[in-house]
Amino acid sequence: MNERKSINRTHGPDAPFGEFSRVGKRARKVDSMAVATGQAMYTDDIQLPRMLHGKFLRSPHAHARIRSIDTSRAEALPGVHAVVTGSELPVAYGVIPWTEDETALAVDKVRFVGDEVAAVAAIDEDTASAAVRLIDVDYEVLEPYFDPQDALVHHEPAIHEGNRKGNISKHVLLEFGGVDEAMAASEVLIEDDYAFHGTAHAPIEPHCAIARWSGDGVLTLWSSTQIPHYVHRLLASVLGLPAHRIRVIQPYLGGAFGGKSDPFSHEFCVALLAKKAGRPVKMLLTREETFYTHRGRHPMQMHFRTGCDAKGRITAVDSKILIDGGSYSSFGLVTTYYSGQLLCGPSDFPNYRFDSTRVFTNKPPCGPKRGHGSVQPRFALEIQLDRMATQLGLDPIEFRRINCQSENTQTVNGQTVTSNGFLQCLDAVEEASGWKKKRGKLPPNRGIGIAGSMYISGTNYCVYPNDMPQAGILVKLDRSGLATVFTGTSDIGQGCTSVMATLVAEELGLRLDQVRVVTSDSDLCPVDLGAYSSRITLMAGNAAVDAGRKLRKQVQEAVAEKLEIAPGQVMLADGFAFDREDGDRRFTTQEAFQFAEAKFETLSASGSYNTPERGGDYRGGTIGASPAYSFTAHVAEVEVDPETGDVHVHKLWIAHDCGRAISPVQVEGQIEGSTYMGVAEVQLEHHEVYTGETAEAGLHMRPSLLEYTLPTTLDTPELEALIVESIDPEGPYGAKEAGEGPLHGSLPAVANAIYDACGIWMTKLPFTPGKVLAALKAHQAAGSSGAPNEGAN
Amino acid sequence: MRILHFQLNGDDAEVAAPDHWTLLEVVRYRAGLTGSKQGCDKGDCGACTVHVDGRSVLSCLTLAADIDGRQVTTIEGLSNVDGLDVVQDCFDGAGALQCGFCQPGMMMAARQLVTENPEATREEIKEALASNLCRCTGYTKIYQAVEEACRRQRQCTTERAGGAP
Repeated sequence: MNERKSINRTHGPDAPFGEFSRVGKRARKVDSMAVATGQAMYTDDIQLPRMLHGKFLRSPHAHARIRSIDTSRAEALPGVHAVVTGSELPVAYGVIPWTEDETALAVDKVRFVGDEVAAVAAIDEDTASAAVRLIDVDYEVLEPYFDPQDALVHHEPAIHEGNRKGNISKHVLLEFGGVDEAMAASEVLIEDDYAFHGTAHAPIEPHCAIARWSGDGVLTLWSSTQIPHYVHRLLASVLGLPAHRIRVIQPYLGGAFGGKSDPFSHEFCVALLAKKAGRPVKMLLTREETFYTHRGRHPMQMHFRTGCDAKGRITAVDSKILIDGGSYSSFGLVTTYYSGQLLCGPSDFPNYRFDSTRVFTNKPPCGPKRGHGSVQPRFALEIQLDRMATQLGLDPIEFRRINCQSENTQTVNGQTVTSNGFLQCLDAVEEASGWKKKRGKLPPNRGIGIAGSMYISGTNYCVYPNDMPQAGILVKLDRSGLATVFTGTSDIGQGCTSVMATLVAEELGLRLDQVRVVTSDSDLCPVDLGAYSSRITLMAGNAAVDAGRKLRKQVQEAVAEKLEIAPGQVMLADGFAFDREDGDRRFTTQEAFQFAEAKFETLSASGSYNTPERGGDYRGGTIGASPAYSFTAHVAEVEVDPETGDVHVHKLWIAHDCGRAISPVQVEGQIEGSTYMGVAEVQLEHHEVYTGETAEAGLHMRPSLLEYTLPTTLDTPELEALIVESIDPEGPYGAKEAGEGPLHGSLPAVANAIYDACGIWMTKLPFTPGKVLAALKAHQAAGSSGAPNEGAN
Repeated sequence: MRILHFQLNGDDAEVAAPDHWTLLEVVRYRAGLTGSKQGCDKGDCGACTVHVDGRSVLSCLTLAADIDGRQVTTIEGLSNVDGLDVVQDCFDGAGALQCGFCQPGMMMAARQLVTENPEATREEIKEALASNLCRCTGYTKIYQAVEEACRRQRQCTTERAGGAP
């Protein structure tokens, strides 16, 4: 395929001047003052003169053909300025170029209740909503598919007619080693079914986009997207507009978690509505609409077999997974690979097979949610590990130590692991949780459980094949003493703006107030691929160090000339440039920048990063390949109420190996936020539509934050974040990811704690009180032998 | 459409708004104070929390017509010429601000708690903030921020009682 230019610049883990002055310090975020004072402008906060408001007409049917659409009554309504339908935006798109199966508006078919059919721009939202109700659509209603198993078997007519695999969205079968032989020779073999139920991201900011065309035909789109670059590319393709005539800006973003990764219907529709109306147009989704836009975590039905030898060494892992994709592909190709590819650490095993099938159903489309594709199988695998340990009478933490892969190794599926701090993570949670005093020793119905996981720090698999850098950055030094960083990275709350500022400040010896960061404006910033796959700290971070280092050399040279010393003897720290051997011989960095500008002319530098060659030599081998992997260990302590079946999660201890913690406060925030989100998936949250032959079929059952039961302060367990720093050779100063890895283990750790509490293995999420109660009753009926309950949940 | 007269962050405000508009719509789209956020539009998330006559209310569930003659404080009115309010400073200092979208409402709710009960325990803080959803933080750093704000509020009260300047 593509020969990638070698621009993999990693910079080693060491501080530029002996010890770090910014990295690793408990600093405030550089952009938080605007947030604290209410000045930060999110997309819906932008009001443009003459701006119109857009609304969608959405399908009331889960599966239907469109015979005709008549918009004449809507267009006649006073206050309506533009109406668009699918025939005006017929170009199919998809975030993955191999699976372009979406259109901005339904062209001839609707595939879920909520599918966008037409859009209206009017003087206000009320008028737009009234106009939408005046659009007449003649549907030929088709039999909907809600059950993925059913969709797999029956496909006449298929949800995507013309798909030669019926309703199959993607199938991946990969085997490494010899699973069946190894399984047959295993001392212990555990086989069971697991289920994940489907959840939503539910950021507090609903999706919003605004489009404006300038007089010379340049389109500006402001959007609450976490991947502006892909929106930019697909706007060009769908609108048939040269990409250089489009400017995409991501304002402050109110949370995303993967849910704002896809290019969305509203982003294309505002652009065309604004063009037709000759005025700016905003579309703000209602909370209910966000549950249909969805792209949440895929429901999965998972069959797992694992074997180990008498000493507890895992011999083989075998999985068969049915993935409910909903109505469109989205990132589903990657999801299907990730459901297997990201499981091969921190526990090592020599034989592995996964057989994953993603099918289309007539439900809101699933996509990437924090911990994309691997949270579900990780849940299954980590319970399987505990069951093997239990059968052998081994402590589950000890079992994971026995199987822990080393650093600088290859996984069974050919991924390269560089640093690996999983053993330190196990030590940290074991100690902090008081594991040895608690496991098997807590009062009845109270228990403690462990789980481990790994995750990528960005992926080698670029969504569209190209030879260009994955991350680029520009840094400008000003004679005022300011460094301005221009970066396409998307701050979605995770704090990458502060990370970029910290890295550049470290290289140039600046205080954080001497760095400003301009982000996510395609006219101003070099391309960065965006906030997904936990890629920014490692990839854009390396680019930032790269650019900062080039400028540092110029500044050192210029100052060296003034001080008449060697450039290497010039130190930059805390806003000063000085002689390493005589600190009194110094200039401010402002003076130093001026010397450098005089010597080298206007000062700026670009930095770039691309991934090193990674991944297995087979089809799909780069999907799941990453320059560096993070590792996490979770311990959960729970109490089960045997009367009600309610599981109360008291506390989680989470140790996360993020490599060098550039900003420890933010790393803790990511660990706590990830784990909160994972625990919420255990009991509370469920993205689910009505099925069966009812009038409600296809409607979301809980389309509000109250009904969806987003956890409040009172529902969230105590969280203790512990940072483990295994300094990685690939990351900027040794840093790896922290935003997604610490979600995975929170689910199986709770399941494993429930076993410790009351002897039942809960395998099918969510763990509602009813399910837990049924499992407890089945367990009691079977006698308290500790035998795994089957079928009860 | 009706004309409303009220106090907004200490200033007299006169605003024309449709009868069915909420207080949130008036502050965001008439007064241009976009700090208060709309996350759900039905009272579920708390991102729109403002103070009316010193008490936290959900502005998305408050009819604008009902605020005639009353005092409204939004996040923009929390800080003053002396700088940040102690709650804002503590949220920032604790790392409680991630995406920030829920935080204007969260800080308004926290401000009322800190004023009324600076001795609040962790459990009381949880109770007081239970109607404000945050999707980023897992709430941990928010508790730490509010505890620190309470501590500073107590310190301030003690200094005043002791006659410190």
